[in-house]
Amino acid sequence: MTNVQTEEAVVVAAVKRLRAETGSSRRKRLQRHFTRYWQLWIMVLPAIAFIVVFSYIPMYGIQLAFREFDVTKGLTGGQWVGFKYFEQFFNNPQFGQIILNTVTISLWTLVMGFITPVIMAILINQIGNKRIKGFTQTITYMPHFISTVVMVAILQIFLTPGSGIMGRLFGNTSLLGDPAAFAHLYWISEIWQHTGWNCIIYLAALSSVDVALYEAAKIDGAGRLQLIRHVDMPALLPTAGILLILNMGSVLGVGFEKVYLLQNTLNITASEVISTYTYRVGILGNQFSYSTAIGLFNALVNFGFLILANYIAKKSSNTSIF
Amino acid sequence: MSNRQLLSSRDPAPKLKTATAFGARSRKPRAFKCTPGDRAVDIIIGILIVLILLAVMYPLWFIIIASFSDPRSVATGQVTLLPQGLGWGGYELILADERIWAGYRNTLIYSVVGTAVNLLVTLPAAFAMSRPEFKPRRIIMFLFAFTMFFGGGLIPMFLLIKQLGLLNNMWVFILPGAFSVFNMIIARSYFESSLPEELHDAAQIDGLTYFGYFAKIVLPLSTAIIAVIGLYYFVGHWNDFFTGLIYVRNQDLQPLQNVLQQILVANQSQQGAGGSVGQSSGQAQEFADQIKFGVIIVSSLPLLVLYPLLQRYFNKGVMVGAVKG
Repeated sequence: MTNVQTEEAVVVAAVKRLRAETGSSRRKRLQRHFTRYWQLWIMVLPAIAFIVVFSYIPMYGIQLAFREFDVTKGLTGGQWVGFKYFEQFFNNPQFGQIILNTVTISLWTLVMGFITPVIMAILINQIGNKRIKGFTQTITYMPHFISTVVMVAILQIFLTPGSGIMGRLFGNTSLLGDPAAFAHLYWISEIWQHTGWNCIIYLAALSSVDVALYEAAKIDGAGRLQLIRHVDMPALLPTAGILLILNMGSVLGVGFEKVYLLQNTLNITASEVISTYTYRVGILGNQFSYSTAIGLFNALVNFGFLILANYIAKKSSNTSIF
Repeated sequence: MSNRQLLSSRDPAPKLKTATAFGARSRKPRAFKCTPGDRAVDIIIGILIVLILLAVMYPLWFIIIASFSDPRSVATGQVTLLPQGLGWGGYELILADERIWAGYRNTLIYSVVGTAVNLLVTLPAAFAMSRPEFKPRRIIMFLFAFTMFFGGGLIPMFLLIKQLGLLNNMWVFILPGAFSVFNMIIARSYFESSLPEELHDAAQIDGLTYFGYFAKIVLPLSTAIIAVIGLYYFVGHWNDFFTGLIYVRNQDLQPLQNVLQQILVANQSQQGAGGSVGQSSGQAQEFADQIKFGVIIVSSLPLLVLYPLLQRYFNKGVMVGAVKG
């Protein structure tokens, strides 16, 4: 009898000890983690702090889109009004035009800005002479470092009717004031600036193609064009896919600066895009809640396109960013 | 060459083998025989390259020669390939312009201090995120990466900056953009692919902590990536126009780009909109144009000089790592 009792007591005590140990072992594990890795935590903490303050707090402030702005409450806003400001935006007579402008400009830029670096990389890759290749790369990178303000100034000086070096060709009509020309001015200047830079990544992909592939193709009788078609282009495909997905995330994300700087009273019908409209009603017009709602709508559409593009790419070619 | 080693060292074991393979690869594969068709393709490619080079270089060349030319010959279209009626008039006016100097000084301060802060935040974070034994890195990475695709938007950011007291404050040019996730990923990929794990093991055996390993071994081996992301950040600060436009009203704090906008774009847009103003423009307008050419050169020069100096660091491995990451 006593034997059984002591046995029971021993088991109970063991279980208790075990429980206590597992309970504290989590803490111990955490303690071990921090004694081992506290230095890594210190190294990454400033970055986390900056991201939390300057990215996540504004995200928390998105609720302003559903509330009345209240000066005393700031970021979080006052009374809840639901979708009032979204409705106001959708019912705005300018809504259709703004979306159309944004999509027109961004699709032109997206498509052209996607194709030209691929072509340029293939061309540059064909240059046999290393010096000429390096020279071509250096020259074509250069415009990338020009600021948007300067780029717009260059466009304006060149296109001044009558006296500008290009404006002269169009007589007295000003391309800068022509709504029909706006999207084209935008994407052409965009690819002039960034094609050289954006093809770096494709040149890197081409430089890692196994030389044996070229040899094998040549033995099979492939000419220069066929080498490009059947060796170079497949090598570029994965990189191109990823970049296309990333670009899809900005279908409604036409950069603010250049459109804003190119805008004038004559081309405004073609040049008012979501970001400039947000600036106009928000910063200049002080309609904080309305402007936040437009911003949120914009961000959601972009995010949706990104997810969609990623999904399609994953299904069709097994390329994805997440 | 170093970029190829970079690429191959992602997988340390077959390093020797790939190194020789890459050595052989560095010769450009040439055709066994040149068919007439290939010759034609060669010529077409050559012509296209020349056209591209001309399209990129001519506008830049024109700005340079126009800035040294007599403004009247620029306006009437006599300046095409070489400067006409050499003169420094535009540059003399620029040198005398207080606004440009103040903007230049501000931008220089913001760019140098800003880039230093950027690197101080980004490099240690990238190193911590590159350590495979640091398990929380996955969730931290998600926290970082999410912000690349979604954000609060203009107004919440504006209100936050206001609440933090950063409106009309020089730190608004430095703090909000102090950490770029994109640049961190580039640096992390570099640390992961170019520093062999054996290096860390050896450092540990020698008793180095993470701090010691980072400062004494990682940083000295990473000058290339420091130069690259340093340049990215610097260019971003130098060309920043948005911050000054949205958050700063005080003219004394405005950086170069915002001063440029006032000089270059603001008065021109009425002109562009006005249609045929070009013809009625008097001498004042011609001088204003000449100042513009000079200002464009003076403001872009630092970056155009800086880039070729750092170009040797721009190895392709850095960029490839960025996309794969």
